[in-house]
Amino acid sequence: MTGFDGLLRDLAPQVLGAVVRRYGGFDRCEDAVQEALLAAALQWPADGVPDNPKAWLITVAARKRAELWRGDSARRRREETAAALALPDAEPIPDVDDTLTLLLLCCHPSLTMPSQVALTLRAVGGLSTAEIARAFLVPEATVAQRISRAKQRIKAGGAEFRMPPPEELSPRLAAVRHVLYLVFNEGYTASSGAALHRVELTAEAIRLARQLRERLPADGEVAGLLALMLLTDARRPARTNPHGALVPLAEQDRGRWDHGAIAEGVALITATLATASIGPYQLQAAIAAVHDEAATADDTDWAQILVLYDLLDNVAPGPMVTLNRVVAAAMVHGPAVGLRQLAVAEADPALAEHHRMAAVRAHLLDLAGDHNAAREHYLLAARRTLSIPEQFYLEARAAQLGEQV
Amino acid sequence: MKYVILIYGNPASRAAWQGFSDQERAAGLGIYAALNEDLNQSGEMIVSERLADPDMAKWVSVRDGATMTTDGPFAEVKEQLAGFYLVDCDSFERAVQVAARIPEAGFGIPVEVRPVYGLGGMEM
Repeated sequence: MTGFDGLLRDLAPQVLGAVVRRYGGFDRCEDAVQEALLAAALQWPADGVPDNPKAWLITVAARKRAELWRGDSARRRREETAAALALPDAEPIPDVDDTLTLLLLCCHPSLTMPSQVALTLRAVGGLSTAEIARAFLVPEATVAQRISRAKQRIKAGGAEFRMPPPEELSPRLAAVRHVLYLVFNEGYTASSGAALHRVELTAEAIRLARQLRERLPADGEVAGLLALMLLTDARRPARTNPHGALVPLAEQDRGRWDHGAIAEGVALITATLATASIGPYQLQAAIAAVHDEAATADDTDWAQILVLYDLLDNVAPGPMVTLNRVVAAAMVHGPAVGLRQLAVAEADPALAEHHRMAAVRAHLLDLAGDHNAAREHYLLAARRTLSIPEQFYLEARAAQLGEQV
Repeated sequence: MKYVILIYGNPASRAAWQGFSDQERAAGLGIYAALNEDLNQSGEMIVSERLADPDMAKWVSVRDGATMTTDGPFAEVKEQLAGFYLVDCDSFERAVQVAARIPEAGFGIPVEVRPVYGLGGMEM
């Protein structure tokens, strides 16, 4: 991200908040702010950054909004003449931070998940529709559609640009955390060679999570989410080899991990676990911290990881938690115990046909020394996965075992 | 996750379609229009196209650097691709729900749903 981009995207939610407060009408204001951001991206590199960039953006957005409004119907024109012609820079900029209000609106429960993600990245993240489309590997028209439908739905459903009442805040915040988590995951899992041109979704998710944490410093799960992102993203430089193929955690060159991010994440999750009530993001961050603090794969404190997975299985059970818990149990008690637990876990229909089931079984059979069976299950997992880098990895494991047998 | 939904046709289904009254035809197209509208609303639609008659197809091959074309269809293939959707759905179950709304699925010509490879992948 260049200096201009960073500044513009930090200002995007503040400018949008100010414009919506002044004029109302979230949908048109959001379009106007996008145009103002574009104008700044074109003009500032040539003319220099204005003395007060936020005021500049608000003024231009107000003007763009008036232009958009002129394109609308004559009826609205009569209704809104006074508001649209008011000199925008004649009014002081309210000193209110609307970032949290905006995040909550973009992740409103009346919107579908893809719409929440797209709208959040555009309205709060300041990304363009084209950038979002490139990041998610879908056509620009699809993203534009998701955003415009989301705004229509907000308008029709009467969702308002204000903080929800206290009793609604908890579930609404959970939705915001989930959207940021999805954005991070999308960026992290796709950070292999074939996707180098994609917008840095992980960096964007971390930036937004930091903004959220600044607004809600006492929320343990927000802190847990940020720590989880930092501790996971820290491993990214070692996660793929120069050809873009996946490198499993146990084989990663730990010297290439981002130790600054690890230190920040560990400090954050340690402080949070001591004070906040526990939640799934904190537990996942704690597990990531145990991995990141091990100097070598053999130094990993699997007993502690197993305890954390037991807690996670209590707080937020799910098929992937079950599988990861089995791996931890195998590392503590041996592959035979892991394989027995896997046979039990297989009763869950969500896992029976899952490629991760086959991959974990292959890994445990490999540890147990049954290379033939391990090879078979690696190949089964390779056929079932829908991820190209994962498929390469699983096929390579099977091929290595083929050589040994 | 992206899924492609493949809609097939055979000579009998094409003949049936051609024999439809204007009203029946409008009803059929109306089912598609409602499905497209719903997929646009939910943000799941990526692209959808109805394909020209298989008679219009050309089969392309390259031998020794020379491009050669053959007219389709191959006589032995009874079911021909007639159209497709590319959708972005939360789950396979959801993609199957979408496919079940394709009228052909109710006319004895199963609609195929196939996941699309992605770049994602979990750490192992």
